[in-house]
Amino acid sequence: MDRVRIAIVGSGPAGLSAAARAAQLGLSHVLLEKTDHLSDTIYKYQKGKHVMATPSALVLRSDLDFDAGKRELVLGTWDSQTAKHKVNVRYRSEIKAIEGEAGAFRLALTDGAVIEAETVVLAIGTQGNPNLVRCPGANLPHVQYQLDDPGEYVDEHITVIGSGDAGIENALGLAADAAQGNTVTILNRSGDFARAKGANVKLLNEAAERGRITIRLETTPAEIRPGEMVLETRDGQETIRCDRVIARMGSAAPRAFVEACGIEFSSADREAFPKLSPTFESTKPGIFVIGALAGYPLIKHCMNQGYDVIEFINGNKGLKPADEPLLEAKFAKFKARRSVDEWLELLRTNVAILHELSPLQMREFMLDSEVRAYKPGEMIFERNDPGSSLFAIAQGSVLVEVDKDNPRITVPIEQGSVFGEVGLISGRRRGATIRAGENAVIVEVSRTAALKLMASVPAAKRALTRISVERQLLQMFGSGLTAADLAEVIDASEVITVPAGKHIITEGDEGQDIFVIRVGSMIIEKQVGGKPVFLNYLPAGSYVGEMALIAGGKRTATVKAAIKSEVIRLPGDAFLKLVKARPRLLDKLRADMADRQSINSFIESRKDSFSGVVDMYSATAGFLIENGIGEATDVLLIDENLCVGCDNCEKACADSHDGLSRLDREAGRTYAHLHVPTSCRHCEHPHCMIDCPPNAIHRGPDGEVFIDEKCIGCGNCQRNCPYGVIRMDSVPPKKPPLFAWLLLGLGPGPGEPDKAWKYKDKKEGAEKPKKAIKCDMCAGIKGGPACVRACPTGAAIRVAPEQFLGVSRLERETD
Amino acid sequence: MAGVFRDRDLDRRGRVREVTLHDGFLRHKSFRWLKISAALSLAVTLGYFMADVTPRPNGGSWYGYTLGTIAVLLILWLTLLGVRKRWMTRGRWSLKAWTSAHVYLGLSLIVIGTLHTGFQLGWNVHTLAWALMMLVIVSGIWGIIAYAALPKALSSNREELTQTQMLEGLRAIDRQLHEAAQPLAPSQAALVQKSLDQNVFAGGLWRRLSGRHRGCATARALRGIRRGDGLEKVQSLLERKSAMLARLRRHLQLKAMLEVWLYVHVPATFALIAALTAHITSVFFFW
Repeated sequence: MDRVRIAIVGSGPAGLSAAARAAQLGLSHVLLEKTDHLSDTIYKYQKGKHVMATPSALVLRSDLDFDAGKRELVLGTWDSQTAKHKVNVRYRSEIKAIEGEAGAFRLALTDGAVIEAETVVLAIGTQGNPNLVRCPGANLPHVQYQLDDPGEYVDEHITVIGSGDAGIENALGLAADAAQGNTVTILNRSGDFARAKGANVKLLNEAAERGRITIRLETTPAEIRPGEMVLETRDGQETIRCDRVIARMGSAAPRAFVEACGIEFSSADREAFPKLSPTFESTKPGIFVIGALAGYPLIKHCMNQGYDVIEFINGNKGLKPADEPLLEAKFAKFKARRSVDEWLELLRTNVAILHELSPLQMREFMLDSEVRAYKPGEMIFERNDPGSSLFAIAQGSVLVEVDKDNPRITVPIEQGSVFGEVGLISGRRRGATIRAGENAVIVEVSRTAALKLMASVPAAKRALTRISVERQLLQMFGSGLTAADLAEVIDASEVITVPAGKHIITEGDEGQDIFVIRVGSMIIEKQVGGKPVFLNYLPAGSYVGEMALIAGGKRTATVKAAIKSEVIRLPGDAFLKLVKARPRLLDKLRADMADRQSINSFIESRKDSFSGVVDMYSATAGFLIENGIGEATDVLLIDENLCVGCDNCEKACADSHDGLSRLDREAGRTYAHLHVPTSCRHCEHPHCMIDCPPNAIHRGPDGEVFIDEKCIGCGNCQRNCPYGVIRMDSVPPKKPPLFAWLLLGLGPGPGEPDKAWKYKDKKEGAEKPKKAIKCDMCAGIKGGPACVRACPTGAAIRVAPEQFLGVSRLERETD
Repeated sequence: MAGVFRDRDLDRRGRVREVTLHDGFLRHKSFRWLKISAALSLAVTLGYFMADVTPRPNGGSWYGYTLGTIAVLLILWLTLLGVRKRWMTRGRWSLKAWTSAHVYLGLSLIVIGTLHTGFQLGWNVHTLAWALMMLVIVSGIWGIIAYAALPKALSSNREELTQTQMLEGLRAIDRQLHEAAQPLAPSQAALVQKSLDQNVFAGGLWRRLSGRHRGCATARALRGIRRGDGLEKVQSLLERKSAMLARLRRHLQLKAMLEVWLYVHVPATFALIAALTAHITSVFFFW
């Protein structure tokens, strides 16, 4: 019988890292692995799968190396380093039971062996316990719960069960190569793929459109037979051919086993995790739980926990978390000498929206945030700066310059409050310049951290919503209003999400509510001569509904969402009360209304004389909004009345950016000779940023959305972009200079070199990987976007939507 | 020309006025270069009549030299548009402004260059330079007309299709035609085969520019295959191919018409520079 100090069960990232630390410290240990190889979960990933290393800010603290890369690379590194550290691994060792007490545990294995250990580290993860298919025939040999190499199967009818990422990735892998001749069907119990990553769902739908995969929604297996399968569909039972079933329906902690060891769970919930102390010790003294079983599914977290748990067991009680140096660095520039914990506590108590965070949540929050000190009068941000971060005042106060012409008119924001929330929510530029009022300590919270905070702490979300609504109303209405005046209106207000195309106001309806656009944009239409005529485009930060409120009567126009938007509804009666109490507000509303009426009457007067012109204007605006201009901040348009098709815009783009063009002039939609080429619109909330593993997509100082050199070429952004403006390509070799081509004919000439030249001139071994490429609005290039500068006829222009979609300019001028 | 980009705005009295957000190269900055070059032409014309040159206006007089120097500098600068267009340097320049200036200053050369001759034309290298200059200018005017008239037709004809998509569409129809023609009689199958074999790009410049395709195998196949049993599919495919071909040919024709003038304009420019070199050298050598 073997006897060790520490028995580690499971050789995933957590267990492996723990074993490596134990080996490094010279502790007697054994690493028990059920299969004949290390890290079975990652081993079972599809061949060539890219393993991600998120969160990138977290420092890896382990004796094993780990970086994002292909499955084979990650496993190879671990195999060789495990051998190098002389980790004592026992393969094919499945645990049957753990008995005994701390200091003398007995681990019974299925092969009959028994191992004695003083302490046990459970790192068994959850993947070893997949949810099983429960229908007749589920135990037939062609039902499997994993897919190692999709290339193994040819000419088979394969059914994938499961609607998560694993199921979708398997189905895509099986259908990827048409030459394999597989007929792939994916079953989904529900009506959509809500649990999967958006990019995966998009790929799946594309594959279905091309006929590579059949998607069956609201369908479950009823019976599995050799060679076929009976399906339970919405419309009754159906039998399909089926040579293989791959079930990927998730996994759960092997709870019965864990509980049998004497470990309690936090609740009876199926997805609950074991109760743990801060040193990962379970309710059974001497048994520690780490990794996915402890509720941490990310590889880096797991590896750090493996290291930490062995240090704790070895008596290192003073061990700081792995992120300690990062946080220390953030606070190092301050003169006041406080420990990281003291700083976190100070911020937590001083900033209202952080009150409810746990110390662990505070650490994660601060990793994505920055703390800075400002002297009185020092600028924090300037009006019209782009930015989507949130600022919280930990000490001191700031002054908001509410009047752009007179910086001396300021409004203070006190300690504990936040600012910059409009940029966070709407994605628009900063509305006012803000300076420190006295010596101030400010926390800048990145957009991701702020969204995470709002999702995990409901109280923070409520507080932030209220502050943002209040600020938005104060900024929009001005007129000497104070927060106290607005309290009643805000109490009665509600935030509504409006899907694209839905009306918030319908012409001819009764109603006096005011709507403030918080996210997205709206279009105003009016029925003229039986046709809807486009009147105006309203970006986030404007309001509608004042005409019926002031002038009475029915709604005079229809307001609908151009894209998915959020509006704040202010009840008419509460607002009317406010208007009566504050006559200056009424003057402001009247002035705004007069401007809008002027536009309405302009359109109507034109309607009689040049109905064609108005129709055209209306239809053109509709076309542009359909093509995503409603969420654009800066878009390239081509007037095809002038475009001679010389493609000099594309050539200029390629010559300004490593020889690759980021725009396709000819592709894209056209209406009335107005062409929207395939080129980035720099959306308010860019779709491409949603799922970027290395977090390489950012919004730059001029509002441009760009991809930095961290890009790993995964292609998620390309799939997520609804406008198809991102391409994946490798940078071509450098061309000879222009004059060498002009005078001597050297090189491929201006513009993107063709494939043949690229291939011919590439240097051996210098091949560059494919990366995502998109327009960056020629950031950093003096003179601005090359496409516009290089257009010989003036057909190419770049515009912001409010510049040409109507009269939002009015609001700006009357601010 | 820029109707859709007109923005409505309010002036101080609250009335709506229209502001143009963009202009083509001809209207650039309210015809700035037209005004400049008109003023220049007017000034040199006035100078021509006021300058006291004896015995008669002549390229060799002081005024003639002035005009000649202006003209040669202008010609060299105008030639540089070709470099400017391809040289993507940083900085606040706009090719549209360059084109605008190129067009109007180029036109002013008609006045400057002709006055420089003093209307003394003959069969010599000097007149050759003038004639080449006029050829360049005339081909340029042809280009302006093409640029003004054709883009709209190009845009309407392609209807959001790119050239690659048109070619791909044609190939897709060809594949279907190939399948559908299998059961045909040998004589009819041969007609379809000819249509499949014919290269869209063949036929040379004249055919492309004129838009006449007498030898079109698809048209011939369509004529040869009358409606009959089992032929509807082939026929409808041939009709689709014919329509797609018409669109693609029109597209190529328009693109060729937008470019063909450059094949006169640019070589003539280089011939002009060569002739100018000869003209200037001979003038200075054989004073």
